[in-house]
Amino acid sequence: MASDTLAHDHHTDTHSGGSWKGGSEPFKASYGKLMMWYFLLSDAFTFSGFLIAYGALRFSMPTWPVPDFVFSTFPGGFHHLPLLFVTVMTFILLASSYTMVRAVQEGHRENKRGVVVWMMWTILGGAAFLGCQAWEWNTLMGKEHMTVTTNPFGTHTVSGTYLEGDGHDIKEGDTFVAGDSYLMHKHEGEWAPLKYTITDGLDKGKEGQQTFGPKAFGALFFFITGFHGFHVLSGVAFLLIICVNSATGLYARRRNGYEMVEKIGLYWHFVDLVWVFVFLFFYLL
Amino acid sequence: MSHLTYDQSKTIANKTIGILAFITVFEVLFALLGKGYLVEGFHISGWITGGVMMVLSIVKAYLIVYEFMHMKYEVPGLVKTVLLPTLLLVWAIIAFLAEGKYWGTSRVNVKNTVSQVESVE
Repeated sequence: MASDTLAHDHHTDTHSGGSWKGGSEPFKASYGKLMMWYFLLSDAFTFSGFLIAYGALRFSMPTWPVPDFVFSTFPGGFHHLPLLFVTVMTFILLASSYTMVRAVQEGHRENKRGVVVWMMWTILGGAAFLGCQAWEWNTLMGKEHMTVTTNPFGTHTVSGTYLEGDGHDIKEGDTFVAGDSYLMHKHEGEWAPLKYTITDGLDKGKEGQQTFGPKAFGALFFFITGFHGFHVLSGVAFLLIICVNSATGLYARRRNGYEMVEKIGLYWHFVDLVWVFVFLFFYLL
Repeated sequence: MSHLTYDQSKTIANKTIGILAFITVFEVLFALLGKGYLVEGFHISGWITGGVMMVLSIVKAYLIVYEFMHMKYEVPGLVKTVLLPTLLLVWAIIAFLAEGKYWGTSRVNVKNTVSQVESVE
């Protein structure tokens, strides 16, 4: 326990009567770093609250939109590429986390140039991630008409044969089975749920039509990814400020190993950490 | 504060990002494999893929917190005050998912009661 020995040495050096009597840092971390940790802990509870709400609502619904069906578009007009775009987003955030680590390491050896360069890469990564999220939201809202209160992504609970096509992926006569996903489209500004004949179960032979998916999906998606995106946005703002301050030599004068860069680094890694779980619950499961 | 040299910490960071990237690719491929996108007609139970991916995500979280955020090199007291409170979430997750299941069954019961009343009338 190297740290215990150090604590003991420190104690005998200062004769201050223990770490908790003031004058020394109890956890060998400055107040700023310590408070960043506790802020992140509280923020982790906020995000957990959101994600647990997602889990509870998802568990309460008989069906739920299938993520690899919902998130299968890619810039350039590509479709049916499940999870590819969000994987790219994940890699952008991971890469920016790595460049942040490098900035902190350069700070520890008081290398101003290194700090600024690696922080600029991190800012670029954060901005790229926000750009991707903007594209994703724009596709969902503008092209697929998902809103906070409307969710056109449904799941069939019976098997059947479509009686009409929607001019997109579904043609007249296409068959589906229970559990298949669909996206309801708008026709001339109006929702156009497709009619179909049910081919199994109690209602066999009857006519049915597409319905909206669970309403909560849109609200949960936009609020949770939005809350995360807001963290990325404010992170980019703080990174910019701290990058400029580093470049002007403010932190070099402090001679504390660019601790400010270390603190914003903690925040930035936390944003990446949250994305690990947003990615898990929204896209993978 | 870590006692590692610059080169040592650089090596650790490179290794960590490599593992994180590998796990992420594996997770996505495993999710797609389990849902039958990669091999025609081949599926894995959602409970297995879900369980594996949750464990892998916790490994990723561990790597980010312990290596990238340097939790590994902090004093034990700091580690405990930050990590122990998160254990409260274990019960929150169990309780709210059970509650969610209950909402689901109540909703079905309410619907059935309504349709029974309607058919009687």
